[in-house]
Amino acid sequence: MDLTFSAEERIFEQEVRDFIAQNLTPEMKRATALTPSVFSDPDIGMAWQRALHRKGWGAPGWPVDAGGPDWTPAQRWIFEAECARAGTPNVNVMGVKMVGPVIIGFGSPEQKNFYLPRILSGEDYWCQGYSEPGSGSDLASLKTRAVRDGDDYVINGTKIWTTHAHHANRMFALVRTNDTERKQDGISFILIDMKSPGITTRPILTIGGDHEVNQVFFDDVRVPVVNRVGEEGKGWTYGKYLLEFERGAGIASAKLRDALKTVSDLAESDATGRAIDDSDIAVRMSEIEVDIDTLEMTELRVLSALQTGQNPGAVSSLLKLRVSEIRQAVTRLGVEVIGNDGLYVEPMRPLYRLNEAPGIPEEMLPIVPEYLNGRAYTIFGGSSEIQRDIVAKMVLGL
Amino acid sequence: MDLNLSDEQRLLRESVDRFIAETYDADHRRRSAGDPLGFSPAIWKQFADLGWLALPIAEEYGGLGAGAVETGIVMEAFGRGLVSEPYLSTVVIGAGLIAECGSEAQKQAMLPKVADGSLRLSFAHSERAARFDLAKVETAAMKVADGWRLDGHKIAVIDGHAAGQIIVSARVASDDGTAGKLSLFLVPAGTPGLTLRDYARLGGGRACNLDLANVSLAADALLGDGSDALPQIEAVVDRALAALGAEAVGIMQIMFDMTLEYTKVRQQFGRPLSANQVIRHRLADMAMHCDEARSIALRAAVMADAEPVARGRAASGAKAKIGKSARFVAEQSVQLHGAMGVTEELDIGSYFKRLLAFDTLFGGSAHHYRRHAALGGRTPPHA
Ligand SMILES: Cc1cc2nc3c(=O)[nH]c(=O)nc-3n(C[C@H](O)[C@H](O)[C@H](O)COP(=O)(O)OP(=O)(O)OC[C@H]3O[C@@H](n4cnc5c(N)ncnc54)[C@H](O)[C@@H]3O)c2cc1C
Ligand SMILES: Cc1cc2nc3c(=O)[nH]c(=O)nc-3n(C[C@H](O)[C@H](O)[C@H](O)COP(=O)(O)OP(=O)(O)OC[C@H]3O[C@@H](n4cnc5c(N)ncnc54)[C@H](O)[C@@H]3O)c2cc1C
Repeated sequence: MDLTFSAEERIFEQEVRDFIAQNLTPEMKRATALTPSVFSDPDIGMAWQRALHRKGWGAPGWPVDAGGPDWTPAQRWIFEAECARAGTPNVNVMGVKMVGPVIIGFGSPEQKNFYLPRILSGEDYWCQGYSEPGSGSDLASLKTRAVRDGDDYVINGTKIWTTHAHHANRMFALVRTNDTERKQDGISFILIDMKSPGITTRPILTIGGDHEVNQVFFDDVRVPVVNRVGEEGKGWTYGKYLLEFERGAGIASAKLRDALKTVSDLAESDATGRAIDDSDIAVRMSEIEVDIDTLEMTELRVLSALQTGQNPGAVSSLLKLRVSEIRQAVTRLGVEVIGNDGLYVEPMRPLYRLNEAPGIPEEMLPIVPEYLNGRAYTIFGGSSEIQRDIVAKMVLGL
Repeated sequence: MDLNLSDEQRLLRESVDRFIAETYDADHRRRSAGDPLGFSPAIWKQFADLGWLALPIAEEYGGLGAGAVETGIVMEAFGRGLVSEPYLSTVVIGAGLIAECGSEAQKQAMLPKVADGSLRLSFAHSERAARFDLAKVETAAMKVADGWRLDGHKIAVIDGHAAGQIIVSARVASDDGTAGKLSLFLVPAGTPGLTLRDYARLGGGRACNLDLANVSLAADALLGDGSDALPQIEAVVDRALAALGAEAVGIMQIMFDMTLEYTKVRQQFGRPLSANQVIRHRLADMAMHCDEARSIALRAAVMADAEPVARGRAASGAKAKIGKSARFVAEQSVQLHGAMGVTEELDIGSYFKRLLAFDTLFGGSAHHYRRHAALGGRTPPHA
């Protein structure tokens, strides 16, 4: 057993560092640090996506023939870790990490040829149309309906909590194509052009004051049948395949370390009256750091299994649970570290476009909104309660 | 021993409950959130007419001479309504400091005006380097020929923008160079050298950062006789902690009520959320936290005028305990509302933010457990 990376992996690590040094502009880095929502704004995230694409690193998890870099699991880990350490922007996860793998796995050759290059280059921006007002945890009860009419589906209904629908030009959606006895069997996976007539989008503000999610309405929206991925009625299978990706991104410890560093830097600064000198803050900082060490070891155990071709098993739900809880602990500690300055509300968004010096040190600005918005981590992509149900069922066999 | 409300207290509760229910709805909040003042002077006038501004002020200064229990009754309802009027800063803290420290002339001059609604107050005490240590003040006061000169920086001054007089704490430079006494000064709004930068406050209302640069004050700006004001500040802050605790109880209770209702109505998997055991247990825990918070808040109120150690332990104990309970109830209320809970679509989000602000004000649970321990004087059995 060995915790250090091999010589070749070290060389790769240096290559990633060099790439980041040459391509991550101070503006991108600052904008990322000052983004209190889950995703970066597209102008920031997509600039980074284009840089990655130029290097051939636009989609780390994809197979080579789809345009992926053919990295080993260790290389992927190193890449994510270096990106997190440097504070690179989030790219359009819904494209690269969600719909991309589904199209690769189940799409037609035409769909692959059309959509995959556009995801890689950043030309397309995707949103995920799963949840509906009446269908959250119970996703299979979804009602948005797609009715066949010649070569089109006609779609009616509504999706909600759609992250970045207001930025996206495409949506992948689960829609009901059939009323089957088992609700899951009547669902299809469909790709929708957001500029289609009949689509309207309503903004929803999150409690941190950010416009990240939306409600999307479909009023007789026509979508060509060829935009369906795979078979009719098999959407649930594809959709669940994707959720595995959403939950088990598998490489979160590095990002959490970066988030904790932001908090510990503040705690060690005079701006917070050196909050770290408060023994309670110091102890909690260590508690979180040990949780991150633990998570990292779990990730590396999974990685080692993958490297040797083993199946790591149903750890993705466990990882999702811990990652979301640790993230919330970090944001909570942040609030306590900045003390009274946490009462300050900056309504302007995006924060990185603020053109007046704020009333508190700039690096404190995202701390409270991150805590507030961060309550979502235990809700989206399968809530903590649902994840525990999955662990009980899939891991414990109950 | 009797912890039941008296007839007068019951009447007070009914009247404030009714007022809050009729006046403070989500629409009202949205309107006042965009208001540069952050609250309504017309409502402030109504508070005066209803006698609430006079409640804790002694009768000889135009008040009603009520205590912390009455303040708690008002604050609990204010929590439910997310009231953003500067009640805590003016009536509980500002008037409290004047009553504790002020000269007879200062009390005569100001307390009746607080009671009739014509004077609002604010307490400028916190400094960035001090965190929540009440004794740590670097703002300096210098005795000069015709009065005082103040220099320093204050942060998180609640309702400072709305105050006619800001009570500023400062260290008076001593002749022999040792750390000077902590004193309080009355600084009228608009005094030259006073720069106020106000901002929307987490959870509603406003606060400001305050710079004092060469602020000249008359000799009678000093509140009281110049003896060290820390014991009085602690007494008043302890009463503020009791009041804030009551406000938090009001917020926790309404968040719990809303969440209970939501889980009964919201259906997933063909049944209400509340049919799931994990949800039922969570709700049971939330109910327990609400009830415990109510008990310990009452303890802080009942002991608000006890000797300093017992009072301080009751106040800090309440702040610490309610802080923990409030966090649980607030976070679980959001969690059980699902995505709805993390948006501005429902009131849950507004209450959540107010409870977070509660936890921050005057320090969180760890800070107050530490003070509780440091004060010593553990309550003996059969006390
Ligand atoms: C910031 C954010 C971004 C999002 N982005 C997207 C997006 O891009 N696309 C998209 O499709 N969706 C998105 N979502 C929606 C997300 O996936 C849903 O919020 C999630 O599935 C939960 O559904 P719900 O909000 O309707 O909560 P509900 O399902 O109503 O659940 C409410 C509460 O009840 C609990 N609960 C529900 N059922 C059970 C049960 N059987 N047993 C025990 N407890 C239960 C839940 O855990 C939760 O605590 C987003 C949500 C958020 C907050
Ligand atoms: C020290 C001691 C003294 C006792 N004295 C007496 C006595 O004087 N007279 C008497 O009649 N009995 C007595 N009992 C028995 C006691 O009342 C039972 O132990 C108790 O009712 C639990 O029953 P059980 O032990 O069979 O556990 P079980 O009922 O088998 O429960 C096992 C575990 O499962 C949990 N559980 C069970 N059902 C559910 C559910 N629906 N949902 C969630 N969790 C569940 C329980 O909480 C427990 O953790 C005593 C027990 C102890 C330990």
